[in-house]
Amino acid sequence: MIGAGLTIVGLLLVLSLAAAVLPNGPKSPVVVYGASTALCSVLATIGFAVLAASADPVGLILPIGLPWLGAHFRIDGLSAFFLLLLGIGGAAASLYAIGYGRHEHEPHRTLPFYPGFLGAMAVVILSDDAFTFLLSWEVMSLLSWALVLTHHRAEDTRQAGYLYLVMAGFGTMVLLLAFGLMAGSGGSYDFAAIRETGRNEMLAAAVLMLMLLGAGSKAGLMPMHVWLPVAHPAAPSHVSALMSGVMTKVAIYGFVRVVFDLLGPLPWWASPVVIVAGALTAVIGILFAINDGDGKRVLAWSTIENVGIIFAGLGLAVAFRANAMPGLAALAMTAALIHAMNHMLFKSLLFMVAGAVLNATGRRDLDALGGLIHRMPVTAALALVGVTAISALPPLNGFVSEWLMFQSVLQSPQLAQPGLQFLVPAAGGVLALTAALAATAFVRFFGVIFLGRARSDPAAAASEVDRWSLGAMAGLAALCILAGVLPGLLIDFVGPAVEIASGDRLVSQTSNAWFTLVPLPQIDSSYSGFLVMAFVAIVGGGAAWTVHRIASRGVRRGPAWDCGFPNADPITQYGAGSFAQPIRRSFGPVVAARETVFMPPPGDPSAARHAASTTDLAWRHLYTPLIALVGALATRANSLQFLTIRRYLSLVFGTLILLLVGLATWN
Amino acid sequence: MPDLAFDIAHMLAGSLVLVSFMMIYQDRLSALLNTFALQALLLAAAVGWQAYIQGASHLYASAGIALVFKAIIVPWALHKMIQRLGIHREVETVVGVVPTMLAGMGLVALSILLMLQLTETAESALAREDLAFSLSVILLGMLMMVTRRNAVSQVVGFMSLENGLILATTGAQGMPFVVEISVAFSVLIAMIVIGVFLFRIRERFDSVDTEAIEHFRGEKRS
Repeated sequence: MIGAGLTIVGLLLVLSLAAAVLPNGPKSPVVVYGASTALCSVLATIGFAVLAASADPVGLILPIGLPWLGAHFRIDGLSAFFLLLLGIGGAAASLYAIGYGRHEHEPHRTLPFYPGFLGAMAVVILSDDAFTFLLSWEVMSLLSWALVLTHHRAEDTRQAGYLYLVMAGFGTMVLLLAFGLMAGSGGSYDFAAIRETGRNEMLAAAVLMLMLLGAGSKAGLMPMHVWLPVAHPAAPSHVSALMSGVMTKVAIYGFVRVVFDLLGPLPWWASPVVIVAGALTAVIGILFAINDGDGKRVLAWSTIENVGIIFAGLGLAVAFRANAMPGLAALAMTAALIHAMNHMLFKSLLFMVAGAVLNATGRRDLDALGGLIHRMPVTAALALVGVTAISALPPLNGFVSEWLMFQSVLQSPQLAQPGLQFLVPAAGGVLALTAALAATAFVRFFGVIFLGRARSDPAAAASEVDRWSLGAMAGLAALCILAGVLPGLLIDFVGPAVEIASGDRLVSQTSNAWFTLVPLPQIDSSYSGFLVMAFVAIVGGGAAWTVHRIASRGVRRGPAWDCGFPNADPITQYGAGSFAQPIRRSFGPVVAARETVFMPPPGDPSAARHAASTTDLAWRHLYTPLIALVGALATRANSLQFLTIRRYLSLVFGTLILLLVGLATWN
Repeated sequence: MPDLAFDIAHMLAGSLVLVSFMMIYQDRLSALLNTFALQALLLAAAVGWQAYIQGASHLYASAGIALVFKAIIVPWALHKMIQRLGIHREVETVVGVVPTMLAGMGLVALSILLMLQLTETAESALAREDLAFSLSVILLGMLMMVTRRNAVSQVVGFMSLENGLILATTGAQGMPFVVEISVAFSVLIAMIVIGVFLFRIRERFDSVDTEAIEHFRGEKRS
């Protein structure tokens, strides 16, 4: 299995090289994306097979990389699960790109990096030593950076790319420190040796914090999220789907692998940091999603929200594991991992929808869209599945993972520490608020784009996208429904991964009647997506049938109710800003909202203007002061370049004396 | 008898430090070079004495190198140089003599404190004392480099620093001869290179005062 996986990775890298070296014809996007689709499907199959067979971990050492270390690879339940996630996400995005890529003006800016990016993510998941892990992590960052810069002629994109590069460099540096700490002074860098090394609680907690910074900066955890809402949307939509859907999950894989597998026991007091960071990321992320006027940026902010939810689940797992409750830790871990899978499914789907809308209309700003349900009925139906899933409404898959998450939150009274007993329900409350706000955000997203009337000419003239794109979106939507209706299968599937990460797994769910979930048999709480789906189908279908049968078969189109305000201008519709206003007013300080109204003086016939803006407080209170500090220090240090030889010598001499004095006093 | 050997080695190493202090307050270049020659002479004697008490014949070669190159050739070459440059009567210091001497005493105290502390486990008292003295000589050489502005005296400071290194290497038993040779030759080459540079600097700026380079770069900051 591991050999097959690495062969696929090798083929993806060769494909990248071929796309870079061979001349680009009109057919080359189809070839590259088609081959990527096939290879990713194989990756998914490998992950599926390992999980289905609950196969033992298989390792492989290749004589490449550092001469004394080699390159270690290994596939176990955890990596198989994420390989499955990567395979599905990659295959869907590649399939979508066969159609979507035709509209790219400069395909040669995407093609050479795209398969390599997929391959690098697979290597991160398969690697079994720190060197291979960090190297492939960095390759993944660099290739995705190149993909973000596809539309490099736009100033915004270049700034986004620069920000991304800086944050990625920071993240890798922090990871390097984390692995250095874990390996210790005499340690080895292969994961098996790291797993064996014993370390005290303080060191383990320090590594946890570093991983939170390093993997969190790639996943979009606050306050390291600043690059994500600008960089993810700047890429072409299939790449955005990959970055949001898959790459953030690769970062989460890194976190889970290190913190839950390699690191060993963690003290309980390390868990509140993860829980609080996750919950705050979730709620602040979704507040920004509600307030953003750009369709793809809304999705990127929502990625931050979902990453926050996943990290909150991981924090719960840390807390339960530190209290020696492996069963409950397995519940929280199952929730987090399944949410990672679900988020990949619906976020990729929604980014593809945003890409389809972008292709059909050329517009990303929500206030230029509207009424697309008439022009793009299939996309609209698929988008409806996506927004229902991401809003965590039953019977779709988003509900399942959030339900599991709340089940584990509800078990918090069993924790031994009073602090956690108070904190976890509070975090649960924040997560519940997040879920409600997410529904708001996606009602707004769907409503403004697809309902109402077109707010611009391109939106009025839009047409349905090609079959490849629709096929990819339909596949993801079908998986969303499947994972929602038959969640027990997915939970059993993720079992081997959960067992590696938390030491236990949930009881098998497939034998329950009516595909019901009973995560903890000793506690009587259950949910059956199948029954809810059946109820919805029967009631909804029956109602529609009854209405059409008894009332009338015909479809009538009449004028919409105009609220007694007969102005036909589409601009008077309830828009993106209007949907956001109540939330922006209620949560003003969190998003630093400002509204300014400009009223022309009496006698001036010009129009009144209203402007609303939000500011990321991380920029105001963290990054701007940090950048100013770095600038000031650099200016100070600048004068060091213009000293005489004697002064340089004095500096060296002074440093030496200082060190010697330090040595003398230290002893 | 071993006590006498120890005392003599101690005295020679101590007088190296003493001569380092003498170098610090020599403000005329030719006097400085003479003092440097005296230090090299003492170094040759110290190394020779080490060779005798350790019974290590290769150390005699080290002593010979120190005597020929550092006590005779280098001072002679530098004398020639400063006469050609016409600066043999020049007086120059950046920092006054008294503060420099005080700083030097502080450095010696520091190095003795440090070395006696760090080498408590070392087997021979002689090696410990030697290391403390040689660190003092090294630090005093560096102090000289930073308190002088004339390039020639900076060179002398550097070579005096190197004397300290030689003292340390010979004091530690079992130091391979090749290390000493390479140290000695690299210093010689450094002297040649610096000498060539001195003339180039002189041609350009009519001075070997390194502050002049500052003027030339237009970045004079007092």
